[in-house]
Amino acid sequence: MDLRHKSTDQVRGNERVTSGTSGKTLDRRRFLTAAGLAGAAVATSMPALAQSPTKPDPAITELPDWSRYLGDGVAARPYGSPSKFEKNVVRRDVEWLTASRESSVNFTPLHELDGIITPSGLCFERHHGGIAEIDPAQHRLMISGLVDKPLVFTMEDLKRFPGRVNKIYFLECAANSGMEWRGAQLNGCQYTHGMVHNVMYTGIPLKTLLDQAGVRTNAKWILAEGSDSAAMTRSIPLEKALKDCIVAWGMNGEALRPEQGYPLRIVVPGWEGNMWVKWLRRIKVGDEPWQHREETSKYTDLLADGKSRRFTYVMDAKSVVTNPSPQAPLKHKGPNVLTGLAWSGRGHITRVDVSIDGGKNWSTARIDGPVLPMSLTRFYVDINWSGEELLVQSRAFDSTGYVQPTKEELRKVRGVNSIYHNNGIQTWLVHKNGETENVEVS
Amino acid sequence: MSKSLKILCAVLALAFLSYPVAAQKLNLGRVALPEEVAAWDIDVRPDGQGLPPGKGSVKQGEELFLAQCASCHGEFGEGAGRWPVLAGGLNSLKSDRPEKTVGSFWPYLSTVYDYIRRAMPYGNAQSLSADDTYAIVAFLLNMNNIVPDDFVLSKENFGKVKLPNAEGFYDDDREKAEKAFWNKKVCMTNCKKEVTVLNKARAIDVTPEENKNAPKVD
Ligand code: HEC
Repeated sequence: MDLRHKSTDQVRGNERVTSGTSGKTLDRRRFLTAAGLAGAAVATSMPALAQSPTKPDPAITELPDWSRYLGDGVAARPYGSPSKFEKNVVRRDVEWLTASRESSVNFTPLHELDGIITPSGLCFERHHGGIAEIDPAQHRLMISGLVDKPLVFTMEDLKRFPGRVNKIYFLECAANSGMEWRGAQLNGCQYTHGMVHNVMYTGIPLKTLLDQAGVRTNAKWILAEGSDSAAMTRSIPLEKALKDCIVAWGMNGEALRPEQGYPLRIVVPGWEGNMWVKWLRRIKVGDEPWQHREETSKYTDLLADGKSRRFTYVMDAKSVVTNPSPQAPLKHKGPNVLTGLAWSGRGHITRVDVSIDGGKNWSTARIDGPVLPMSLTRFYVDINWSGEELLVQSRAFDSTGYVQPTKEELRKVRGVNSIYHNNGIQTWLVHKNGETENVEVS
Repeated sequence: MSKSLKILCAVLALAFLSYPVAAQKLNLGRVALPEEVAAWDIDVRPDGQGLPPGKGSVKQGEELFLAQCASCHGEFGEGAGRWPVLAGGLNSLKSDRPEKTVGSFWPYLSTVYDYIRRAMPYGNAQSLSADDTYAIVAFLLNMNNIVPDDFVLSKENFGKVKLPNAEGFYDDDREKAEKAFWNKKVCMTNCKKEVTVLNKARAIDVTPEENKNAPKVD
């Protein structure tokens, strides 16, 4: 079966946002091998079923405890947590990256997840002065600056506003993959790409609040400010604030987690995560950007000529294969599910291509699950692995026509010192023994 | 439609009309008092908006810095251990290892005042007086060879101080400079002859808890 021409239905007609893509050519099982990519017909030599053991499997013949004895009652787990057998599925940090754990980052275990929604407790954390623990009864949001009336809201006020919205958006730190500018560094998509998460937010459009205060005609910017010990601030163009920013108190159907800004954060769809100020206490309206530390010293992109781009807000289209990856090696020859995530801050994902030979040949992946603008999008390629070395890559396409560049293409424009906005194509080398590592290829 | 049904419809329509809140003014929240606005109004802009009245000298700043900042940032702003470096790095931005500091990289002095006022000292934020903050900012300028030892920084002369990298920034131009990334003709087959591995993460081994045992394949 030749896969190369089976992809166009996903690519066509993409101005429309599709929810679920079970087109007729997509639900067919498709297998991809290196040979398949080279053009030969494959899927002929599926391996035979595994040999049955000589002795019966005790997992079947012996009754386990959980089948005989009663388990925990309903009161034992008033707030449920994952099975104890999932204890590896945790956020991890890299201690040497930062001087202190209060101003640090940990990473989402992308290789352990599927679908598009990140469980709240696994969303990566980045804070600059530790987690503020705020009693919602003591929290206030103030709208001040160039407004007719400066206003103060309690959390209860905010929850009484009409026009509540629920939106799924990815949040990616601009420094995601920032350690990889000079070459492959960290072994695991959790570390190379784990500063991203995707949840459903509940809140009200920021515009609703600004309308209440009455924005003056000379206003052009807003400043969002947190009430944590870093008093995080970012300037946001008023146009964006009015277009789609949300003041959110909910994530994935419940209150924000403390580490994600409980009780209130601003949602800035498609734009770099640092702007999504957590523990939001104030929106000040002004006529100029504030040029604060996080938009000058940090989150500016130093290029090779010594000049820096600033206000590089939107996150370019990007993708990564999460399985296989260094923390999720291949363990079996024969059928395996290759999967990954793609996203774009400019719109929705229209297509993802995958290569298993380092970019010599490509095949278009199957997308499954909702395809939403500025949201993670899940892709799959069913592979048939005969134990040969693989060089796995993916490239994303978005609804503006942007195609994820190679790392080399990026470096040509941006040099290696920009830290932020590294959306280059990732390569994983799968060895013959299944072990997988982070590499760069020519 | 029967008469009673018509009436019912009319009643329902009325009920719904009075029910959903039309946008406009909702009388939710309340007007902020001037004292409340002032209490949180700590932000400073490059044009000086937001600077409080006050002043401080390099000399006062040095004392304050040694007492409250040097344990992390070093006596000369060189950064103790992995804590941020605050001085030096001038003319390093084009080099292989640029050193981005207040002196070498930051474009605006207002940012220094604003940031120290809101976030430093780390773990005891918003504890410095306006004068102390002026003094510390003056000392940081002095450490970066931007002002002399006898300099006194104040709200009045603040705008006269220019930082070396003030002209070093321009607005996002990706849509122009990286236009080639859009609508690119992509190759699907036989896109390159050779693929060689250029570098590997394993070689530098900086990943925590890396799985050092090779997996077993069946
Ligand atoms: C306990 C350690 C500690 C102390 C004491 C401390 N700082 Fe800091 N400082 C930090 C950390 C950590 C950061 C980075 C925070 C972040 O990542 O957001 C920082 C960042 C800064 C920065 C921004 C650096 C940059 O390049 O972006 C400045 C300026 C600064 N501190 C000044 C001061 C001053 C002035 C004092 C004393 C009043 C002080 N600090 C005291 C730990 C400290």
